[in-house]
Amino acid sequence: MSRQVFAYILHKEGTPDDTALELITAAKKIDPDASVVAVVTGSGDNLNTVCNEMTASYSEVWKVDHADLAYPNAELVRKALVGILPKDAVVLVPHEHFGLDVSPGLSVKLDAPYLPDVADFEGLEGDTLKVIRQEFGGMVSTHVQADISGGAVITPRPGSFQPDESKSSGGQVTDKSGEVGDLTSTRRYLEIVEAEMGEVDITKSDVLVSVGRGIEDQDNLEMIEELAEAMGADVSCSRPIVDAKWLEKSRQVGTSGQTVKPKVYVALGISGSFQHMGGLKGAPFIVAVNKNPKAPIFQVADVGVVADILEFVPELAEGIAEEK
Amino acid sequence: MEILVCVKRVPDASENEIEVNSKGTDIERDDLVYSVNEWDNYAVEEAIQIRDKVGGTVTVITVGDEEAEEVLRREMAMGADKGILISDEAFEGADGRGIAAILKAEIEKGNYDLILTGAQADDGAGQVGGMLAAMLDVPYASLVNFLEIIDDKKIKAGREIAGGNQEMNEIELPCVLSIQTGINEPRYVGIRGIRKVASLDIPVRTAGDLGLEASAVAPKVNRVDYFVPEPGEGAEMLEGSTEEIIEKLVEILKAKGGIK
Repeated sequence: MSRQVFAYILHKEGTPDDTALELITAAKKIDPDASVVAVVTGSGDNLNTVCNEMTASYSEVWKVDHADLAYPNAELVRKALVGILPKDAVVLVPHEHFGLDVSPGLSVKLDAPYLPDVADFEGLEGDTLKVIRQEFGGMVSTHVQADISGGAVITPRPGSFQPDESKSSGGQVTDKSGEVGDLTSTRRYLEIVEAEMGEVDITKSDVLVSVGRGIEDQDNLEMIEELAEAMGADVSCSRPIVDAKWLEKSRQVGTSGQTVKPKVYVALGISGSFQHMGGLKGAPFIVAVNKNPKAPIFQVADVGVVADILEFVPELAEGIAEEK
Repeated sequence: MEILVCVKRVPDASENEIEVNSKGTDIERDDLVYSVNEWDNYAVEEAIQIRDKVGGTVTVITVGDEEAEEVLRREMAMGADKGILISDEAFEGADGRGIAAILKAEIEKGNYDLILTGAQADDGAGQVGGMLAAMLDVPYASLVNFLEIIDDKKIKAGREIAGGNQEMNEIELPCVLSIQTGINEPRYVGIRGIRKVASLDIPVRTAGDLGLEASAVAPKVNRVDYFVPEPGEGAEMLEGSTEEIIEKLVEILKAKGGIK
């Protein structure tokens, strides 16, 4: 019997997440012969819509319909997964805020190794799976391996695997709702508090001048604003700037901030973590300025300058002003 | 409220260039500057603020070698009341699961209401808190960027999710939370603050104290090597004098519609 790999499908309001098809590619990289099973938890019509859509891409879709799973409270989803999965299950959950919430505990309850934030798979040798991860914010990579004969919990990095668009499966939905058992938890979901709208909607900007940790001091933000003004651009930023409360949250580009799609993106003093780059869509033209020549941002930028932004930015602003 | 914060001593990525050593077995550790994991500072600050509001004690704990004591002392200088260093050769090479099992053994000797970790550390895994909670059979919430104590039995925790939105949860104590940066502004610790706590006693726990055999924390996940991936095509790097670079860059920006 071929190895079963289970892919947990994230979805919202009846629409599967982009990662839903990426996990098929990830599963096939683990084992090309694997039979990949989509696991979809939720409630009601939205759940059925997602399950039906998944049958186009997965030969088997396991549905768990439960009123308490209408919102994916990770504690409850974990219990449901432990209830329905076989003991030696290899489970894939995207490495984002839900995956981070559910997966470590799931690996303990399944007594299986946990391989977090996997950027790529080297494949199986016998039962030993070798994967590629990154450490220190992407500055170095590692090969990590584990024996997955007794199962594994793996969180592939969103955006790192091509979505499998073949839609060739014509699969069927199996209702597993009866097998979930007790779904109680002392963590209770209350509500989603929506982000406050800022003065500028950076998701609509054509040109963004984006600033990161390299700015060093709040007072230095002025030069970024001057550059943006000279270019006719809006100012955005990476996470440390919002953590320091130097700019409002609505200016933050990244998976936990805004998803932007400008034509031109100027990244100043931003190292380029995958969480930051995850908020950048639509293949913009990227200019990166960073004093560290090994900053990961230079791998994804179109044009790079190795320089200290504190010295470079005022000169660039001046250069642009002269051109006008 | 009895609060425990799990912290880790890590190479400070903002102070060092992280490079792979010549054999690819590790990062180059000579001359590295170490500090406390950035996320852990936010967790300790949050714990101190809670204690100052509702009373109780803040204990900081780490698993590491003798040198890991310095990060405990730093967090005590911030305001943590106690430190515990878990150190034993038997624990070398433990994976995230092993660290969680070690922490569990110590935690079961105490009576903690709230256990905090940083949302992630140098390896970017973000795993120990969730594993620990599952081992202790208490609830867990990750990426917490808002925390409010409702009473001595429950808390309200906001999680950072996509798009700048926040997921609110009510969680009964005891529980484990992983703390995201930005939840507060960690206070500054000066040399004088560290001197003040220099003479405080930090107990060391060994595998024997915890009743753990090396086999109990044997890794299920093993790091084979470190490497730097073959650079892709990457960016076209502009070189020359600053003037030349700026001239080129302005031209490129104009051509791409970056200057309106």
